[in-house]
Amino acid sequence: MGMTITEKILAKAVGKAKVVPGQLVDAKIDIVMCHDITTPPAISMLEEKGIDKVFDREKIVVTPDHFQPAKDIKSAELHKRLDGWAKRHNIKYYYKIGRAGVCHALLPEQGHIRPGEVIVGPDSHTCTYGAFAAFSTGIGSTDAAAAIATGQLWFKVPASMKFVLNGSLGPGVYSKDVVLAVIARVGTDGARYKAMEFVGPALKDMSMEARMTITNMAIEAGAKSGIIGFDDVTKQYLDEHLKDKTDYTVYESDSDAQYDAVEEFDCSAIEPMVALPHLPSGGVPIGECAGKEMDQAYIGSCTNGRIEDLRIAAGILKGKQVAIRTLIVPATPVIWKQAKDEGLFDIFYEAGCVISAPTCGACLGGFMGVLAAGEKCVSTTNRNFVGRMGHPESEVYLASPATAAASAVEGKLADPRSFL
Amino acid sequence: MAKAHVYKRDHINTDEIIPARYLNTDDQAELARHCLEDLDKDFVNKVKEGDVIVAGEDFGCGSSREHAVWAIRGAKVQTVIAKSFARIFYRNAINNGFYIIESPDALEKINDGDEVEIDYKAGLIKNKTASIDISFNPLPDFALEIINDGGLLEHITKRTTD
Repeated sequence: MGMTITEKILAKAVGKAKVVPGQLVDAKIDIVMCHDITTPPAISMLEEKGIDKVFDREKIVVTPDHFQPAKDIKSAELHKRLDGWAKRHNIKYYYKIGRAGVCHALLPEQGHIRPGEVIVGPDSHTCTYGAFAAFSTGIGSTDAAAAIATGQLWFKVPASMKFVLNGSLGPGVYSKDVVLAVIARVGTDGARYKAMEFVGPALKDMSMEARMTITNMAIEAGAKSGIIGFDDVTKQYLDEHLKDKTDYTVYESDSDAQYDAVEEFDCSAIEPMVALPHLPSGGVPIGECAGKEMDQAYIGSCTNGRIEDLRIAAGILKGKQVAIRTLIVPATPVIWKQAKDEGLFDIFYEAGCVISAPTCGACLGGFMGVLAAGEKCVSTTNRNFVGRMGHPESEVYLASPATAAASAVEGKLADPRSFL
Repeated sequence: MAKAHVYKRDHINTDEIIPARYLNTDDQAELARHCLEDLDKDFVNKVKEGDVIVAGEDFGCGSSREHAVWAIRGAKVQTVIAKSFARIFYRNAINNGFYIIESPDALEKINDGDEVEIDYKAGLIKNKTASIDISFNPLPDFALEIINDGGLLEHITKRTTD
């Protein structure tokens, strides 16, 4: 019996020829991602237990992002703890404010994600990096503490589900619509504990940015990880972004690998999707919800705050005026500069949007765009749980940057295809 | 006697358990004051030491924030009984030495306010109010080892010292 790409990566990480789903393994970690909310508690735990050490100062990547720039005194204290620790251990890849950005956009962009590696981070959307044929999963703070100190972590090898993305996307339809359609079908816990492996011809035409939007939301189906195989698109991105360590191993699933389920999608038939409150699985085609009045549009986050997303939004906003509060949040300083250099900021400014510094900010109801009671926000983020972006009586509608931009212009949920 | 706080809901997520507006601290006592705030504002006033939370499928889905476990433990809740748990919440509970119970039947057999007693060794939830016993599968051995050591870091330290 063959192995999936996920099983092969984990087998390598434990130095075995084979692992099987359900097996408990102690895997070697290649990269630990650290941010400002969940890493400070991990640091305190290590200090309290008297094991304040790091397994490898070159394999830990640190970026404050959630509440940065500090939104209040308590957040500033978290940043101070993170900063003191990173400096004390001489962490090589510590992105301070000015170079810090939304972690899951920043790490690939700065060349820290390589195929075949095991990447963990105390953030549920760490599954994003699976777009690079890596095993990558979100963990808690205690896990992070263990990984930081020992470079090892326990895992149950996940069974895999295969998602075959057939066809090609129509105009105005993007990878966000695909992943919302996937989650709408399998449900918020349809892939619980599993690895979601995405394959199929529709991926060929997707950039790494677009692919990351898909793996980013694997957790929204309850998955342990999301993964996409290596191809020319992956190679080109890596050639352009890897810096210090440029070697990597490419694994692929065997043709006789075992899957718990295989789900086929005809991407040509997928329409722009909106996930209605209050679950990411609440996706419906735009035709079923267009016209619903909104109070805010949010374009940013680790799901859709990359340059391609900003270009798509700008394409729709060009020469138009937004009818509601519209926040543009480039995910990293590099993306911010790129958007500025390409003239996208002028388009956003003319349209009446506000442009923010890179931050996770309002995606999780932190700051910079928090919602009042009863307000509705069309958002390119990944979660629409109760109270996610602010007041428990506010509502979040998840959509692509195109749908969010079109909705910003109309002031209500709108089909981006009429703007093309 | 432990009282059950029953929520007939699936997908009770980490945003409801501890909203992100409180993530600027990792102080357990402070987090506990906002436990389940966006699900049930009154929970913190009702809960007593040793009480249990009972819920449906996929409890703790969403964010990796361990603050969810800390808020619940900080509120002196003895355990959470759910039909199933989201993956990271499950890890976080074990890593904190916090025993959680997966039971397909508990939600149907326990009403809000029922008095319950839990025999962890025997894998038995005793509903004293309804006079019924509900069995559950104890956590797997590796999880018990971590819990018995007091959490993952204690487990690692012990293992290294041994």
